[in-house]
Amino acid sequence: MTIEEVRKIILNILADIAPDEDISCIDDNTKLRDQIDLDSMDFLDIVMELRKRFNIEVPEKDYEHLATMAGCVSYLTPLLKDRPLAS
Amino acid sequence: MKKPPRNWLKGVLSAYDTVVIGSGLAGMTSANLLAKLGHKVLLAEHHYNMGGMATWFKRKGGHVMDISLHGFPCGMIKTLRKYWTQDISHRVIQLKNVRFDNPQFSVSTSFDKVDFTHILRDRFGILREVIDEFFLTVRDMNFYDEVVMTTRELFEKYFPGRTDVWRFLMEPITYANGSTLDDPAITYGIVFSNFMDKGVFTYQGGTDHLIKEMKQELLRNGVDIRTHCMVEKIYVDDKTVQGVRINGQDIQCKSVLSNSNLLTTIEQLTGEEHFEPEFIEEVKKVRLNNSSCQVYMGIKKDKTIPNVGDLLFSSVADEYCTDQILSKAVTSRTFSFYYPEIRPDTNRYSIVSSTNARYQDWASLSETQYKKEKHDLEQTTLDALDKYVPGIRNKVDHVEASTPKTFKRYTLHPSGTSFGTKFEGLKISRDLPKQINGLFHAGSVGIIMSGWLGAANYGVIVANETDKFLRQLRPSLATASA
Repeated sequence: MTIEEVRKIILNILADIAPDEDISCIDDNTKLRDQIDLDSMDFLDIVMELRKRFNIEVPEKDYEHLATMAGCVSYLTPLLKDRPLAS
Repeated sequence: MKKPPRNWLKGVLSAYDTVVIGSGLAGMTSANLLAKLGHKVLLAEHHYNMGGMATWFKRKGGHVMDISLHGFPCGMIKTLRKYWTQDISHRVIQLKNVRFDNPQFSVSTSFDKVDFTHILRDRFGILREVIDEFFLTVRDMNFYDEVVMTTRELFEKYFPGRTDVWRFLMEPITYANGSTLDDPAITYGIVFSNFMDKGVFTYQGGTDHLIKEMKQELLRNGVDIRTHCMVEKIYVDDKTVQGVRINGQDIQCKSVLSNSNLLTTIEQLTGEEHFEPEFIEEVKKVRLNNSSCQVYMGIKKDKTIPNVGDLLFSSVADEYCTDQILSKAVTSRTFSFYYPEIRPDTNRYSIVSSTNARYQDWASLSETQYKKEKHDLEQTTLDALDKYVPGIRNKVDHVEASTPKTFKRYTLHPSGTSFGTKFEGLKISRDLPKQINGLFHAGSVGIIMSGWLGAANYGVIVANETDKFLRQLRPSLATASA
């Protein structure tokens, strides 16, 4: 998976979790929860989705990496780079 | 000849990934999520109805009484949408008229931050800056913060000596989760902020409709639901869950998620011998929360009552006082008014009065005394209600009371606790899987994880842990930090 594809996956997960939010203009370097209405339960949902879709376990100490889109992408790309996009 | 008892476990599998004990909102929500994540789930409920404390009952004359429906925060909409269905979440409606009536003040409010700010400023004369700072402080309270301040100290800091303000801020939360002035301030702050976000909400259709919808969704997702099924034992060997005994029958499972009371789960279902002695020492320190009395009043078919409020916190006590609130000499009552909007197809009214109560006050009575006290409770409640709904005695045709003993009978909770355990129970609940592989607990603990929203969300948090555990048993899981 490429960086762009990983970004798309995250947007896809966010769209499921927060369907009422406009995620088309998310700024990659600003905290996600400052741009869309996300609480701690929503972040837990992201972790669960990653486990379900890709069998990836994000330990609690690493949750901070998921705070921004840029953080998500740089944290997840190494883990997903060998995976095909279809899942 | 006597008919043989029905086998409620007929067709049950010999093994499951998870057995969920109890179908309270935490148990049902975790069962649903785990099934959606692809696990084989058995949901065992000892009662014939599902829902735990989220329950209802029907009586002759077309009465339906809800036990705990009224009054959850707006966050429940999101929780119902994400972990249940869109349709269920669309039925959540706001209760806009929350009333207080006591010797210190009489106020109506939509119970949100904007309105509370107005009332605190105009009615109680508190400076705008103080109000804003108070709201900021409670909003920023975090579940992971160190516990330092009690709610009493929090109030003393912002509203010194203002017992009227304390009452205004505290009374509803005491009814929502059983917390008192002497509990950690975060247990107050988190729940209060949740409500202040947008106000108080309920479910249109009633508890019976909600639980029916949830049951359908559980079945769609493949949960094996078994009512009349009492889990008697959790089998543990080598610090690992092996299975359970239900109605005398052994069933294997890789994990157990108990929505039974925390102490029951440890002491009775599992057995203390399976835990480290230091852990059990901490378990012994966990205090149960208090219980409740309720009086259910059904209005005659042809009678109506005007809108006198959705929730009414009434008290004749001079000041807010935890001991008085729990006392059998009732001075404070919360009335929940169920107007036809709650069940639009029935066009009926009912009123439920709730008071916090202590189990020992009721359990120690003789049979005759118990009956008499229950009857007195019904009568004094009608007297108190007459102030708000004049002529109430001519409008009701069904009155009945429940006590902590009733709660114990239906939920099996020790001492009939209606709000689980106090704050210290949360750490024990979270640490269970560190003691025994595959043993999880979700239910009312630590006040924060109480009420409909807290319980459902805690079910999600623990289902996440259970899912992680189950997937780690399979070899293919990639750990990000590896």
